[in-house]
Amino acid sequence: MGAPNRGSRGEWLVALPPLAYLVLLFALPSALMVLASFRVAGEFGGLAPLLGADGHPNLTFEGYARLFASPIYLELFLRSLLYAAATTALCLVAGYPLAMLIARSSARWRDLLLLLVILPFWTNFLIRVYAWMIILGPSGWMSRLVNFFAAPLGLGPVTLMFSPFAVILVLVYVHLPFMVLPLYANLEKHDPALIDAAQDLGAGAWARFRHVTWPLSLPGVFAGSALVFIPAFGIFAVPDLVGGTSGNMVGNLIRQQFLEARDWPFGSVLSIVLTVVALALTGLAAVAARPRRAGLDPAARAVAGQGA
Amino acid sequence: MGGRRVPAWMWIASAIAFLFLYLPLVVVVLFSFNDSRLNATWVGFTTSWYGKLFGDERMLAAAWNSLLIAVVASLASTVLGTMAGFALSRGRPRILGFLVFAPIAMPEILMGVALLMFYVLLNMTLGLVSITLSHIAFCVSYVAIVVRARLAGMDESLVEAARDCGASPPLAFRHVTLPLILPGIVAGALMAFTLSIDDFVITFFTAGATASTLPLQIYSMVKVAATPEVNAVSTLMLALTLLLITAAARVAPGILRINQ
Repeated sequence: MGAPNRGSRGEWLVALPPLAYLVLLFALPSALMVLASFRVAGEFGGLAPLLGADGHPNLTFEGYARLFASPIYLELFLRSLLYAAATTALCLVAGYPLAMLIARSSARWRDLLLLLVILPFWTNFLIRVYAWMIILGPSGWMSRLVNFFAAPLGLGPVTLMFSPFAVILVLVYVHLPFMVLPLYANLEKHDPALIDAAQDLGAGAWARFRHVTWPLSLPGVFAGSALVFIPAFGIFAVPDLVGGTSGNMVGNLIRQQFLEARDWPFGSVLSIVLTVVALALTGLAAVAARPRRAGLDPAARAVAGQGA
Repeated sequence: MGGRRVPAWMWIASAIAFLFLYLPLVVVVLFSFNDSRLNATWVGFTTSWYGKLFGDERMLAAAWNSLLIAVVASLASTVLGTMAGFALSRGRPRILGFLVFAPIAMPEILMGVALLMFYVLLNMTLGLVSITLSHIAFCVSYVAIVVRARLAGMDESLVEAARDCGASPPLAFRHVTLPLILPGIVAGALMAFTLSIDDFVITFFTAGATASTLPLQIYSMVKVAATPEVNAVSTLMLALTLLLITAAARVAPGILRINQ
């Protein structure tokens, strides 16, 4: 495609530098991490020598056994899953009307509204977390508002910071644009004739959404959910800053294993299980969200068929 | 689906969503001008936090590091990413596609800790170099994807026409392909710059004990005891982002459009 050389040697010359870089600084470190998850921790942190004193390699499943045998670690994984799932669901609820509004706006408004959605996403991640630390802090206005109403009801001072509530709220805040953009990209392509047809056939607003818009938007819902779920599941800065001890997630444990406990093998085990679980769940969701024509109502199928 | 009637509930829900997105940022900016150490109540107007910020040597050093890393990382990843974008558009080699998409699909923390281990095993001193190398690694993917999208939208017959008119492949590349995909390359470079200057997680793991960047500096201040100095630096960063976006929109109109 217009590269300096059309021959295969030229193609390789173009592909080789990025390939070499990504192999060296992504594939190799990742492979080392998989290997490290089966190795033994060194006496002073890091890794013990790969070959033991007797010449046999020091490899073990101990790290994985430790993870799956301990209710504490499993609970931490479950809690992280729960937070990430709640975040995804809330982003969907908050993002869907927004994406629909943008998709239905006139071209002039659409660019402006899109820009308004992306703008917070371009501001530094830590600044966005910090903003909520101000609002949720004990003397912040949200805490004062909540306590203003809670006190007459006989509820003690409610603390919003350092709680699962704070973690999920901030996770929703930092990930919302990831949900809105793919949803918008999908909704924008819908043929308005489908909605009109459903209306002509007597479908009310809810029925039109339930049987036409929603099923057609499932690929967008899936894409947005994956973009929210994966980073939210592996996050550590948000629970670290606003979660306190009750809002810890797997990411915090990974950080601790690498930087404090210096137990690299177990840290690697946690990182790999985190990644596998995130990708497996995303894969499952992809299968579940695949548009299934056969699964639609006969009426909706007829309408969708018309538009296709 | 544009230009359709929008029901009232959709306006209200969207207004609440926008309020949710912007209110926290307004609070940050407002309190950067507040004459109080606490980010709690409005006391009076002051610009002293900005004065304090510009006298804070650690903050200035961190900002300088961030800028240096972002410039080097975005230049290097733009070159590598553009090459990868060309290779991807031909679909060869297959493994490159996997290596480009995998870092984006995986939790960021994985790349951070994997690189940390890698550098330590290599006996590399952690610092500006290790941070920059890591930033290039995750920026390449984004540049490659943007450039590939641009190449996919390019009319190949233009290059063929140039070749038919006797242009050598390098000449056709220089005068036809490059100008056509330049907006994609610029968009990729800007994206890489923003991702690098904003990155926290991967920097956190690969920075070592001594090197600091602006996000790392903000993190340590926020973690221990945040003063409105953090608000001041946040406000300046917000202003810089706005400026960059406006400049980008001027240089390459349509750069902000998500769907082509």
